[in-house]
Amino acid sequence: MTREINFEKITAKNIPTESLISCGHRGCQGCGEVLAMGMVMKAAGPNTIVANATGCMEIITSPFPQTAWKTPWIHVAFENAAAVASGIEAALKILKKKGQIKDKPNVIAFAGDGGTADIGLQALSGALERGHNFLYVCLDNEAYMNTGIQRSSSTPFGASTTTSPPGKKSKGQCTWKKNVAMIAAAHDIPYVATASPAYHLDLMNKVRKALAVEGPAYIQIYSPCPTGWKSKPEQSIEIARLAVQTGVFPLFEVEYGKFKLTQKTKELKPVEQYLKLQKRFRHLQEEDIAYIQDKVKANFEKLQKLCEL
Amino acid sequence: MAKRIGIENSLAVAEAVKLARAEVIAAYPITPQTHIVEELSQIVANGELEAEFIPVESEHSAMSAAIGASAAGARVYTATASQGLALMHEILFIASSLRLPIVMTVANRSLSGPISIWNDHSDVMAERDMGWIQVFGENGQEVFDLTIMAFRIAEDKRVLLPVAVNMDGFILTHMIESIEIEEQEKIDKFLPPYKPVLRLDPAHPISMGPVGVPEIYAEAKKQQEVALLESKAVIKEVFKEWAEQFGRAYNLIETNGPEQAEVVFITMGSLGETVMSALDLINVQGDKARQVRIRLWRPFPEEELLAALEGAKKVIVIDRAVSFGTSYGPVAGEIRSMLYKLKEQPEVYNFICGLGGRDVTRQEFKQMYELAEQGQYKDKYLIWGVREND
Ligand SMILES: Cc1ncc(C[n+]2csc(CCOP(=O)(O)OP(=O)(O)O)c2C)c(N)n1
Ligand SMILES: [Mg+2]
Repeated sequence: MTREINFEKITAKNIPTESLISCGHRGCQGCGEVLAMGMVMKAAGPNTIVANATGCMEIITSPFPQTAWKTPWIHVAFENAAAVASGIEAALKILKKKGQIKDKPNVIAFAGDGGTADIGLQALSGALERGHNFLYVCLDNEAYMNTGIQRSSSTPFGASTTTSPPGKKSKGQCTWKKNVAMIAAAHDIPYVATASPAYHLDLMNKVRKALAVEGPAYIQIYSPCPTGWKSKPEQSIEIARLAVQTGVFPLFEVEYGKFKLTQKTKELKPVEQYLKLQKRFRHLQEEDIAYIQDKVKANFEKLQKLCEL
Repeated sequence: MAKRIGIENSLAVAEAVKLARAEVIAAYPITPQTHIVEELSQIVANGELEAEFIPVESEHSAMSAAIGASAAGARVYTATASQGLALMHEILFIASSLRLPIVMTVANRSLSGPISIWNDHSDVMAERDMGWIQVFGENGQEVFDLTIMAFRIAEDKRVLLPVAVNMDGFILTHMIESIEIEEQEKIDKFLPPYKPVLRLDPAHPISMGPVGVPEIYAEAKKQQEVALLESKAVIKEVFKEWAEQFGRAYNLIETNGPEQAEVVFITMGSLGETVMSALDLINVQGDKARQVRIRLWRPFPEEELLAALEGAKKVIVIDRAVSFGTSYGPVAGEIRSMLYKLKEQPEVYNFICGLGGRDVTRQEFKQMYELAEQGQYKDKYLIWGVREND
């Protein structure tokens, strides 16, 4: 049984133009994270309350007395964005029931990959399991960027970070990237997706769907970080596109438990094309790249099978 | 009409939270707080209180959700103890710096290790600098009353700070007492619905919890400190109004015993009542000892304490926690530092007792008095009742 999600679709013609995160924030050149966050906010619109975890996005948008936020925004700590959002959502629910507010705004939690896959995983799981009606967005730049590019469990295999440095006895990050989207899906929530700023309409429509469902939704957005990845700022979108086309970061969604591949590319490009644009991978040897290639392919095939179910 | 009933104090606290019409309750179970939140979840389940009960997955999330809910404009309550309070640590400080009027019961329990579910004050003492208003109840009625007053104090526009109501674990939480449960109508008059000054509202967007650059951090902290210090006047006002409305008077500190007595016990929490009864033993031979019970721990009622200690020659401070590696227990340390302002300072005797739920009897308080009379442990502290070589 498939259930339709009714939502107002975004196309190139009706794309929202109002930026809810103003320019003048302190993001780095080519920051994929703030770009993606801006897209999420455009899709969500002004009737949205944001809970932001500690991390680059909170830092670059809120140095008092300035703020880049045009919607209500709260930052509490690093690991608790999902819990803060839970509280906001519960409050809105009861205030509406008691007639103290007329409508219930969207509630969105933003956190980095560290704030999601590591220190915030428990709070995320709790909030998803409790069924709060909110959207959790993980802005995945694949390391703790705010504190100086330390590895997280979302850092990909082989990447060099300041705490997974390559050396005589190390190839860089020695573990495979944790798949938090699948963990979120395991909570059996109405909507889970991965997205990429290189596919902005896809991203924004996923946000619309996520907000349209009743209950929790999770979107993990691939967010290039030129500073942390040692890539060219002007190549952020190209890298994001290649991540999808090589299968490194496949785009999919899970609507009420039904998996669906949402990318056009099914014939994957070689991962090397993707890896070579980023100096965080430059120490990798041919055999390492072959290992990554095999695993990416296998994972993609697994995902395709899931989508056939 | 108010009704007087025999009720477990934890259930009375839940009743107080219901009467206060809390709108969001976020809590995680921990002994000896459990009866409070179990009862509240039942009250919400029964539809007796229009509220959202968030059964969070940890105390860290309880306080985080409390912050989110309060920032969104709801009246918020939580309760915890011991390890739970410790797990909240990081977020407690943010709640007060965001100036959110959350009310929390702390069912005081010792901290691990060794793990112990029993009562002392090591949990709250580890958090005493969290920037919350902190009060102590000595019995069920006090905790019931203070819980309702806590919302009024917290939400006062001159205050806007979270309030922690401390009640001794088991000794108070699990005790059945005769408690006057006030009428909803009267409580509604005393505590009108919460009207936040600022909240997360798309019609009036604000940013809460921004980065505090070095140019503003000190100012933010100063504002917070001023707010906490100035809350004292509001607390007094609220206590006064409560007395007028409900006939039970509260003060920042309570005193009893013969005024001319030169030995003064200082306690906080339920041991105050044991000392009260110990005074009867001690004062058989004359007006020897009196007593000061600290109700308001933060902001510290220095003025009131100094006035109460006038004429005291010896002060016996009862602590319920160890402040490791310093010269006193946490309460005695502050009392001593305060006394430094006096020209003639009384001697300070500090007994750290009742750790991890160890009973302290009135006889033992009499012994403490005798030690002080003999000048033993003058300007020192003693961890009371430690068994050696047995
Ligand atoms: C409890 C706690 N531990 C550590 C930190 C330090 N810290 C702040 S942001 C951050 C990394 C954030 O990484 P991520 O969540 O991936 O977000 P990004 O900055 O990459 O966007 C760390 C480790 C903190 N603020 N709080
Ligand atoms: Mg990151």
